[in-house]
Parts: sequence; structure tokens; C-alpha cells
Amino acid sequence: MSSGARRGGAVWGWGLAALLAWLVVYPILLVLVASVRSDGGWTLDHVRRFLALSTTWEALRGSLWISLASVALAGLIGIPLAFLMSWVDFPGRRILSGLVALPAVLPPLVGVIAFLFLYGESGFVSHLVQAVFGLADAPWRLEGAAAILLVHAYSMYVYFYLFTRAGLARLDGSLLEAAASLGAGRLRTLFRVVLPLLRPSLTGAALLTFMTSLASFSAPYIFGGGFRVLTTQIVATRLNGDNGLAMVQTVALAGIAFAGLWLFRGNVRGGGGLAQGKGVAPRRRRIQSPAGRLAAGAAGWMVAGVLLLPHLTLVLVSFVPVGTWTVQPLPPRYSIVNYLSLLAEPERFRPLLNSLVMAAGATLAALALAVAAGVLAVRRRVRAGGVIEALLALPWAVPGTVFAIALATAFSVSRPAVGRILLVGTIWILPLAYLVRNLPITGRAILAGFRQLDPSLEEAAASLGAGRWRTLARVTLPLLRPALMAGATLAFVTALGDFVTSIILYTYDTRPISLEILSSLRQADVGAAAAYGVFLMLVSAAVFLAGGDRRAPQADA
Amino acid sequence: MTDYLSVEGLAKRFDGFDAVADVSLSLTQGEILALLGPSGSGKTTTLRLLAGFERPDAGRILVAGQDVTRLAPARRHFGMVFQHYALFPHLDVGRNVAFGLESQGIPPAEITARVATALGRVDLTGFERRSVAALSGGQQQRVALARALAPEPRVLLLDEPLSNLDPTLRERTRRELRELIHRIGITTVLVTHEQEEAFELGDRVALLRDGRLQQVGTPDVLYETPVNPFVAGFVGRSSRLSGRLEGGTPPRVFIEGVSWDVPRAPHAGGEVWVVVRPEGLTLTAPGPGVLTGTVRERRFLGAAALFRVVTEGGATIEVSATPRAAAPGDVVGLAPTGVGLHLFPADAP
Repeated sequence: MSSGARRGGAVWGWGLAALLAWLVVYPILLVLVASVRSDGGWTLDHVRRFLALSTTWEALRGSLWISLASVALAGLIGIPLAFLMSWVDFPGRRILSGLVALPAVLPPLVGVIAFLFLYGESGFVSHLVQAVFGLADAPWRLEGAAAILLVHAYSMYVYFYLFTRAGLARLDGSLLEAAASLGAGRLRTLFRVVLPLLRPSLTGAALLTFMTSLASFSAPYIFGGGFRVLTTQIVATRLNGDNGLAMVQTVALAGIAFAGLWLFRGNVRGGGGLAQGKGVAPRRRRIQSPAGRLAAGAAGWMVAGVLLLPHLTLVLVSFVPVGTWTVQPLPPRYSIVNYLSLLAEPERFRPLLNSLVMAAGATLAALALAVAAGVLAVRRRVRAGGVIEALLALPWAVPGTVFAIALATAFSVSRPAVGRILLVGTIWILPLAYLVRNLPITGRAILAGFRQLDPSLEEAAASLGAGRWRTLARVTLPLLRPALMAGATLAFVTALGDFVTSIILYTYDTRPISLEILSSLRQADVGAAAAYGVFLMLVSAAVFLAGGDRRAPQADA
Repeated sequence: MTDYLSVEGLAKRFDGFDAVADVSLSLTQGEILALLGPSGSGKTTTLRLLAGFERPDAGRILVAGQDVTRLAPARRHFGMVFQHYALFPHLDVGRNVAFGLESQGIPPAEITARVATALGRVDLTGFERRSVAALSGGQQQRVALARALAPEPRVLLLDEPLSNLDPTLRERTRRELRELIHRIGITTVLVTHEQEEAFELGDRVALLRDGRLQQVGTPDVLYETPVNPFVAGFVGRSSRLSGRLEGGTPPRVFIEGVSWDVPRAPHAGGEVWVVVRPEGLTLTAPGPGVLTGTVRERRFLGAAALFRVVTEGGATIEVSATPRAAAPGDVVGLAPTGVGLHLFPADAP
């Protein structure tokens, strides 16, 4: 590398860092500024109103409470399930283990509407209960904190399940044997050996669940009713035209997110005793008694049923023509008219195309930025490398609502001199939002890919006469393919189903699928809403299969 | 003969320590130079500087009169075999070998022919469509060599080319490698930390320590006339004694009260290190004019044995002799044979 190239590397490094800072940090700073400004002057007026309003305190408490309760519930379901699947062999285990990650292919809003069709006042299960017990009214209302927690538990237990299973898979079986040989019983071994070793995995899952719940928007928006959380409160405040207060609320939400991250920070690092040694995970224990096997099998199938019900419901409802299903327990008519109109009517096809194009574009751009970051930060080790990596990771800690508000603030005026261009209301703002939110996903995958890549492979290419671009195209990128696929898959699926940023930033021309689902629902066209949902579900599943990556998407809302 | 590859005053610092300091080397066309040294001696850094993967802080690299110091690796036309081969796992054997030819924009038909030739040269004819992961370690090494040689580079660089092979394979591969390089006649620099490898492969050997060149020469020169105790100690077996030199004709060295004539003296007189090869002394009966010591250990090597003798002064010396010359516990005399005795100033490294 010549000295010119090295200087060039430094320039590119700081250039990329500046670009990322402009996308990731600058908009949030502008929100911070806007929260203490009014009519061109500095003021604490908005902050004072924020502190004085009982609704904002209610929302703050609600957000915290829902997030902590979601962590507890998701842990209560996910951890035992992971132990069961890792350590016990029972009839139907294989099928169940294939279904356990199913919530991952439901984008947040789609999961929420599936729950609406299933457990809502006129949902299938409510009708069933009403019929069985001969009740005059619906047995419950799917509303408030309980409804939100139900959806969160269903979609977020997957984090605890996957993290715990991964932890258990790395657990050296000889540690359990050592504990047993030292006279420890099963419970003592569990609490003194297994759980302490799993701590990094469990903390990681708890952090992910906490951040996801805090940022959750779809469930509180659809089911919240009178229950307030910050995400929905921000949107409501903004809709009421009180921009200053919305800014303070946004800052408060970001503040809680960073506080959560800071509280968990130490615990997530360090692999404990898990990764060391070439341990073999303990063998699964077979349940011996026939009654036990029957009970475990039945329980397993019941869980599988509960997991699969939302998907089946969506598929069923997607065949309901508009206006045909009113008070009957089951829809009286089925037809493929919804799917046909999805494809045939330009107005209905438009959102599909919008979402696909915008998600693909945002994913490609995020991949390109991540590859540039990998080349500069990992391979050429430019001085700005640390800054670049931090900026790529930062959006992970920022709830989608915060980013949407921040981008809406930053790019609502045209002042190129201070780095603000008018994007709100154009076709560019949504892809930009998706891109920013995709950065941590693609960044993490591709930086890890670069770190695993033997640098001498690229040196070999150079020594064989390949220039920088040929080396990138013929050696680096092909070898990074698994990382690229993993990053692209997650990023694409997240962007495709996005609701939380879209609802704040969309324009009529760029309305994505999620907004179309919402408007179909408002027009009581449940069939069309479900058909869009099925489309999202199938594309997500197909992309996951193609990507060969079955990890849960880093869902948001 | 004129120099084909020359290195002048090459230097490279990493985080405050000198990885390579003021190294100058020159190779004639077709010559094989082995860079030998302990780990951390700077031999790999020197090779990477030659390849262009690192940029020197000072010095020049010239090939056939052209200054390539600032040239990108891709434009140097140097072939390199990496320690772990660095075969592209996503390409098959043929595409690996073709990679460098494609970089030169050679037409596909010619590439096919040249890949076949390159593979034939390393006894891998017909291996084009094999996956590199399915090859044995020895085959991977030969593919790496074929890949490096296919574009007909000006200089071949080998980084510990045999270190990943098991010992039985290593000896045979070493011989084949030497034959191949000589047949092609390519100027070659190889890095190794094993003396045997350096001696067998290298026409000349450059010994490095702490980033500095200690001595360059044929294996015989390094063994017979080491320039300092480090070279004497690193190349071949030796024992080190302290003595005192007195000038005169011939000069004499005093060790534990015994004096021997020496052919050459490093300086006029004073404290010296006496470095003795195992063949530098012979076992005799104790008596005047010989060092006296006790045999502590005998290591049988077949035609000869190595005896560890501790002198009355407490020095330990390794002496080579016929296997039945003495037994552990024997008190023996040590007399110089006239070869394999080197004197260095006591403050030498």
C-alpha cells in the first residue's frame, strides 16, 4: 500500500464516519435541540409541560412496566422450553423444535392482527368460548396491558428460547458430571452450575427483549386502548400538533433505552465458562414412563398448536371476501378474491411493490455501507475504525419511533449549509429510515465476517496481480457470502414488515404494506389485511430459508 | 554475476520496536536465499516487505534494476506461497491456479493450457476440478506453489513452505521443492525457522536476529566462519567457554589454566568467548596441555556419540567421538582438533 493509498484510506475512513454520524447521530441531536427550543429561542417550556402532564408520566411508567413484564414473561416461557427441547426427548420433539421459531416470521403488525382475529372480541377463540359456555357477550376484551403482554410474550419468548438453547449447546456435559460426582443433586447443579454459566446468554436475551418491548409500537397502537406507552404517546402528541412536547417525549424514550443498555452492559460481555473447552453438550434424557411420554407429547403438540394458530388464522381470514363475515363464529364464504385484487388492482399492488423495492434498496445500501466499514475498519484498520463501528451499532439502541421522529425533524427543511435537506414527503425518506435501522444488522454480520476472513487470502489475490476491486469482487465478497446473506436476510425482512417508522414517515405514494394493512383494517376489510399479512409471512419465511439463517429477526415494534 | 533482486537498508518499525532494521541483501538471478532466524527475528516481516504487504519506513527494493519499493503487491509480479497456503476455498484447484493468469488478461484457451502445465509441474495433472478442501496437506502445498508459479513471476517468495506438513512428508517435499525451483530457475526468497530446511533449500542463508541481519553466506560459511557467538550458537551445535586471549605468533587462548594455539584472533588480547563445535575437541587421556573433565552423559547417534563433559572449572562441553570412546563417570582429557574452535570478544552478542 503506498503512502498515498494510506492517506486515501484515512480520508475514506473519516468520510464514512462523517456520513454515518450524519445519518445516525445528527438527527437525534436535532431532536434534543428541538426539545429545548421554541420560536427561535431556548426554552425549558416543553420540558416543564412534560413534567407537569400526568399522561406523560403514565406513558413513561407504562413503557417501563410493559418492558420489564415482557422480559419476565418471555423468560418464563422461553427458558423452560429451551431446557425441555435441549435435555428431554419426547414424542413430537422434532416437529415442535421446527415450529418454535415460528413467531419470527410474523412482522410485528402482522402478529398483532393475527391475534386480533384469533383472540379479539369477535375472534375465533372468543367465539368458541362464548359458544361453549353459552355467554351472551364476548368473554373478554383484547385490550390494555394484558393484550400487549400477550403479544409480547408470544413474539419475544423466541429470544430467550434461542439464546438459552445456544448457551446450553455450548455447555460442556462434563461440567454436569463433575457436579454430580461432587455430590450435587439435580437442583443444586441447575442453580450452582448451569444457570450461572448461562448468565451471559440470559442477560443477552433479557436486554434484547427489554429493548424490543420498549420500542414496541404495533401492539400498544392496536390494543392499547386507554393504556399509554411512550411510543404511541409520541405519535399521538405529534398528531395533536404539539411538536415541542413530542420532542421531549422522544428524548425521554431514547433516554430510557440508553439507560437500559447501560444497566445491562457489563453482563452481556464475557462468555463465562461456556465457550471454553471442547465440551460435548449433555445427551437428551428420554422420558421412560408411558404416561409421562404421553403427557409431554400432548403438551408439546398443544404448544405447537398455540404457536401455529396465528399463522393459520391469517391464512383462513385472507380468504374472506370483504363484507361477508359479520357475526358468525366462522366466516361463511371463502374465495381467492383478495389475492387476485392484491395483484390485479394497481392501488392494492402498489404497497407490495413499494415495500419490496424500498426494503431491497435499503438493504443493498446498508450492505454497501457495512462492506465499506469492514474494508476500512477491519482490513485497513483506519484510525476512524472504532468510530465507524460504534456508529453502525448505535441505531440498535434507539427505538424506531425515536429514529422516525429524528429523521422527520432533521430532513423536514432544506438547509444544505447545516447538512439538512428536504426529504420528508419525498420517496427517499422511508428507504433512508429503513437503511439507518438496518445498519446494526448488516454491520454486525459483515464486520464479524471480515474478522473471520484470513487476511492472507486477500494478500494472495494481490500477489497474483489482482487489484483492489478485483480482489474485492473475486475473493472478499464471495468469501463473505454467508455473512452477507445473514445480514441481508434479517435486514430485508425487518424493513419489509416495518410499521413503527413507516407510520410516521410514509407518503401516499410510498405507503408500505403495513400501512395498507392498517387502512384495510379500518375499512373492515379483514380479508385484504390478512392477505397482505400472509404475503409478508411467506416472503419472510422464504427469505429466511434462502438465507439459511433461522435466527429471529431483530424485530422492533 | 549481477544482482537481480537487491534490498538496500530496509527498515520497518511496529509500535515502537524495530521489526526490521537496516537489512540489505542481494540475490543473483535464479538464486535461492533462505531467511533464517528465531521467531520474532523479522524474517517474515522482511518477506512481507518484499511482497509489498507492508511498506518499509526506509530502504529500497530493486528487481532487475527497477525500484519496486512503492509498487502495489499486485504490480510487482512476485509469486508467493503462504504459510497456510491461502488457497481460495470458494474456487476449485484449476480456478485457484488460473487466478493470477486471469489478472493478466490472458485469453481463456491459453489459461486452460497453462493451468494444466502448472499442475503437471507439481504432479497434480487432472486435478483442475477438485475442491481445495478435499486435498491433503501436501497436495494443498503443491497447488499453492503451482498457483504462485503459473503467472511466471519474477521472484518467488515462500513463507515457511513446509511447516504445515508432517515430518515424514517434509523431507521428501523439501527435495522436490528444491528440484522444481532449480528447474524453473526462479529467484527465490524463503522464510524458515529451521536450520536444516534453510541449509537444504537455500543456496545462501541470511541469518536474522531482532530485525538485524547477522550474516549472509553459504551454509558452509555460516558454520565454519560465524561472525558472532549468536551465529555460531544458532547454526549447528556448539558449547561456549570463557577464556583469555594472548597475542603473539601464533596467538594463544587460556582456558582453565590450559593454553592452546589458535589460528586467528579477533583482537590483540583479553577476555574472549570460545565457541566450540562438537568436533572441535577430542577425548584423550587426562594430562598436561589438555582440559580435564568428567563425562556426565552419552547420547548414542549411530556412527558417533555426543558426550556431555563437565570440566573441573564447571563448564559444560559437548564433544563428538566414537561411541565407545568413554562412558558416563569417566574422567577424560579434552584436546583441540584444529577445526571448529571460534573466538569472539567477551562483549560480543
